[in-house]
Amino acid sequence: MSEFDLQFTLLLVTSGLMIGMMYALIALGFVLVYKATDAINFAQGEFVMLAGLMAAVSIDTSLPFIVAVLIAIAGMIAFCFGLERVVLRQLLGRPIIAVVMATIGLAALIRGASTLSFGPGVRALPLPVSDDPLFLGPIMLPPVQMVGAGVSLVFLLGFTWFFLKTRMGVAMQAVASNQTVAMGMGINVQRYFALAWALTGIVSALGGVIWGAMLGVDNQLPLVGLKVFPVVILGGLDSVIGAVVGGLIIGVVEALAAGYFDPLVGGGTKDFVPYLLMIIVLMVRPYGLFGKRKIQRI
Amino acid sequence: MLSINNIEVVFDGTILVLKGVTLAAHEGKITALLGANGAGKTTTLKAISGLLAAERGAVTAGSIELDGTRLDRMAPHDIVAGGVAQVFEGRRVFDGLSVEENLLVGAHTRTNLTRIRASMEEVFSYFPILKERRGQAAGYLSGGEQQMLVIGRALMSDPQVILFDEPSLGLAPLIVENIFRIIGRLRDEGKHTILLVEQNAALALAIADHAYVMETGRIALEGPAAELRQNPEIRESYLGLNDAGARRSYRDVKRNRRRQRWLA
Ligand SMILES: Nc1ncnc2c1ncn2[C@@H]1O[C@H](COP(=O)(O)OP(=O)(O)OP(=O)(O)O)[C@@H](O)[C@H]1O
Ligand SMILES: [Mg+2]
Repeated sequence: MSEFDLQFTLLLVTSGLMIGMMYALIALGFVLVYKATDAINFAQGEFVMLAGLMAAVSIDTSLPFIVAVLIAIAGMIAFCFGLERVVLRQLLGRPIIAVVMATIGLAALIRGASTLSFGPGVRALPLPVSDDPLFLGPIMLPPVQMVGAGVSLVFLLGFTWFFLKTRMGVAMQAVASNQTVAMGMGINVQRYFALAWALTGIVSALGGVIWGAMLGVDNQLPLVGLKVFPVVILGGLDSVIGAVVGGLIIGVVEALAAGYFDPLVGGGTKDFVPYLLMIIVLMVRPYGLFGKRKIQRI
Repeated sequence: MLSINNIEVVFDGTILVLKGVTLAAHEGKITALLGANGAGKTTTLKAISGLLAAERGAVTAGSIELDGTRLDRMAPHDIVAGGVAQVFEGRRVFDGLSVEENLLVGAHTRTNLTRIRASMEEVFSYFPILKERRGQAAGYLSGGEQQMLVIGRALMSDPQVILFDEPSLGLAPLIVENIFRIIGRLRDEGKHTILLVEQNAALALAIADHAYVMETGRIALEGPAAELRQNPEIRESYLGLNDAGARRSYRDVKRNRRRQRWLA
């Protein structure tokens, strides 16, 4: 491998890892809700767009960046809270397909409503960092990606700590493991459902800001949410660690596909390679790399 | 005193499962609740711990009181905080959590960490094996260890009342003996109010102070355990003994039960 090839690969891998970290952040929102409430949220991508829109509109009205981020966070927490209260609570105990359909409907609703009220144009959501790339030795790093990856990493670490080490986090795991028994232990399960959705709101808000900064905010932004599926299938639907590793793998695979295959076939491989990987994983390891096999003693 | 006063339980608004159940369980006593499959024993326990709503069930008549406080219509977490712990049927540990984490979840309603630690040491003194396994995922414990863990987990809420749902189910005799010895100690040392649901009537009547027998949603019989042990009907249908006192084959008992049901 020539010097250039090596650098090129290194560049693709670093960039893939950073993007992957940002996928992992969004996937975390999905996994959280699935783990705690068994709901499959097909509107995760729309949540991200909605948050991006909240931030972008705030910035357009010339609010400072940090205020815009806080508005997005508060707005998304309120939105998810309300959603849980008003819609999803009614669906408790119904077949899982009811929740799935509800979130699919919600996704269409969010996309439609936001285009209606804010127009179809792309809104910029500039991060307050310079656009000049940073050079780490031979590797060039766009600051937007670095900030996105950094924010994701911090939040993922913080959440993992919360989940594994705090009493509340362990209680949340108990709710995820068995709702009735958790209730019998004196856990207010309803409150933990709300907590899971609120955390998803925070994740979506951060995701909306960093992805909005990378891609611009329009009704294409929810497509990012579709990447959640290969990520969580790879990592395991119910595994927080899996979301991270799955995100990193998908990020890197995508970057390598874009770097090596796209020039050969004229582009577009990066959009389907993650799904190809997803299908392969489904065939050989249906519960994902880190998903629960359901501990079973024989 | 835990008292259930003539309660009815309905599922899905239409299925009447408990048809007027009345019973009382006293402090420092073991009260046994016996009955065949589907009699309504678990439903009775769920009514006490407030877990019916999760299955679209409700107490539609009567009341449940603990020392004068109405438990029915309280939320499950308030009932636990009020001193009632349930040991579920079928050893339902939190698989992925460690033994220690399972116990901590049991103490969810409490805040004083020093006291929680003390409770944990107490649990370990009842079940030393749990201390050895404290870091291990609960899903990998043996059946007997899991039963010990769910009992320990219930104790972690520092309960006044403990509801046991078939703690002997599917366990080897030696382990059952050990667990029943602990249940006895909980009554004698802890002064707990214990309501013990069992299908193994011989075992339950040997340890209980008072017992109730349920049949299809009603209390069919009640009395001091010592008396029920001598009751010919109980000996026949639940203890598998005929009047000569000889143990009969299980198949005979079953046939007899089936006959009784047809006659009833
Ligand atoms: N959620 C529910 N919806 C409808 N019917 C129910 C529900 N739960 C229990 N039942 C019915 O209530 C009756 C009593 O059930 P329960 O579980 O209380 O019996 P049990 O005495 O504990 O039996 P076992 O010894 O088999 O555990 C059964 O006929 C059962 O089918
Ligand atoms: Mg039962």
